[in-house]
Amino acid sequence: MKPAPFAYEAPETLPAALVSLARYGDEAKVLAGGQSLIPVLNFRLAQPARLIDLNRIDGLSYVRRGADGGLSIGAMTRQRELERSPLVRQVAPLLAEAVPWIAHPQIRNRGTVGGSLAHADPAAELPALAVALDARFRLVKEGGERWVAARDFYTGLFATLLEPDELMVEIAIPPAAPSTGFSFLEVARRHGDYAQVGLAASVTLDADGRCRAARLVYLSVGDGPVETPVAAALLIGQALNGESIAACAAAVNGEIDPLGDIHATPEFKRHLAQVLARRALALAGERAGSPM
Amino acid sequence: MSETLNVAVTVNGKKSERAVEPRLLLSDFLRHDLRLTGTHVGCEHGVCGACTVLLDGEPVRSCLLLAVQADGREVATVESLSGEGPDRLHPLQEAFRDCHGLQCGFCTPGFLMTLLPFLDENPDPTEPEIRAAISGNLCRCTGYQHIVDAVLLAAARRRA
Repeated sequence: MKPAPFAYEAPETLPAALVSLARYGDEAKVLAGGQSLIPVLNFRLAQPARLIDLNRIDGLSYVRRGADGGLSIGAMTRQRELERSPLVRQVAPLLAEAVPWIAHPQIRNRGTVGGSLAHADPAAELPALAVALDARFRLVKEGGERWVAARDFYTGLFATLLEPDELMVEIAIPPAAPSTGFSFLEVARRHGDYAQVGLAASVTLDADGRCRAARLVYLSVGDGPVETPVAAALLIGQALNGESIAACAAAVNGEIDPLGDIHATPEFKRHLAQVLARRALALAGERAGSPM
Repeated sequence: MSETLNVAVTVNGKKSERAVEPRLLLSDFLRHDLRLTGTHVGCEHGVCGACTVLLDGEPVRSCLLLAVQADGREVATVESLSGEGPDRLHPLQEAFRDCHGLQCGFCTPGFLMTLLPFLDENPDPTEPEIRAAISGNLCRCTGYQHIVDAVLLAAARRRA
């Protein structure tokens, strides 16, 4: 036996899960896909008294078109389903492009969208993608619910606004503005390893082909998803070309503070962040229709 | 021993029922309770891929699942591939043998169970596609080249 003993329950309805969370929230862990939680249990880095397994609840796994024309995704949707969904490819191509970067096929077969978003690993792709896409999360508890914007949700290292009695049940992604291009790039030692640096970029052009809005959201360079709004603002009103992109990329370093690890020094990560900014902005600009 | 729960799971077409602790991993359930030791256990935290099995037809890490989570579901292990006797190998296993796609063999069950559904989905894969498909399986002997060769051969034989 690797994990320490725990009580286990697999409620079959959402209300039943919320009752359990209200009762045991402080001592329980929610089991979604388990691709981060079970390793932590196997190492006994966590020894929760109880697991509340969401996998027997029907109706939390879906990808639909939202009322606003965007996407509505159930929190228990497997990452593999996003990867295979024609609707995702059509409505949120950034997600479709980025999901194959999440670990390996075996992991994506189990790993869930909501599980990864709520776990808030700073090296995870989905939190950065949610911020880049202006996603909102529906959090429910017994007798209440609220919507929280992804950019407000992440508060620190593995820390979020999610209360112990709350469950993330749905992710809403608005439709992209017209003339918007997205791109996702990542550098890892091998495909599927944790990113050394990853970047989701978006660029929106006006009728004259000048940049109307731009956003850069990094992963693996801080405590959570890291936006660089000051650098992105340098592009506003500019034509996207080598010069304007280089200026933006150079400014990124003022807004990130990466920690080193055994594979990458902070200086190397800063270098990667600049390189990815240049590549990702050029690609996003091209997709938005900019003559590069 | 703490409380036990009943798990009824169909493994390689055969239904098994046991009372197990909730903390028992599916990998250990297969190996210790069902004595299906073809599923190998390497890192036990989801990195090496040696314990890959099929859960309702999809490859998953059996070390990252609790046995109780498999209740009512179907699992296929490497034992489901071959017939009786050493010469009754699955075509994918034959291709591994023909191309020297294994040396020590520890990682092989995980590779096979990862590649089986991959070839169903993608009968004519390119080398980069194969390398992406096996990115979640570690092999310390072959350098992967012979494994890629084996997959290409198995795919070609299947299409012939």
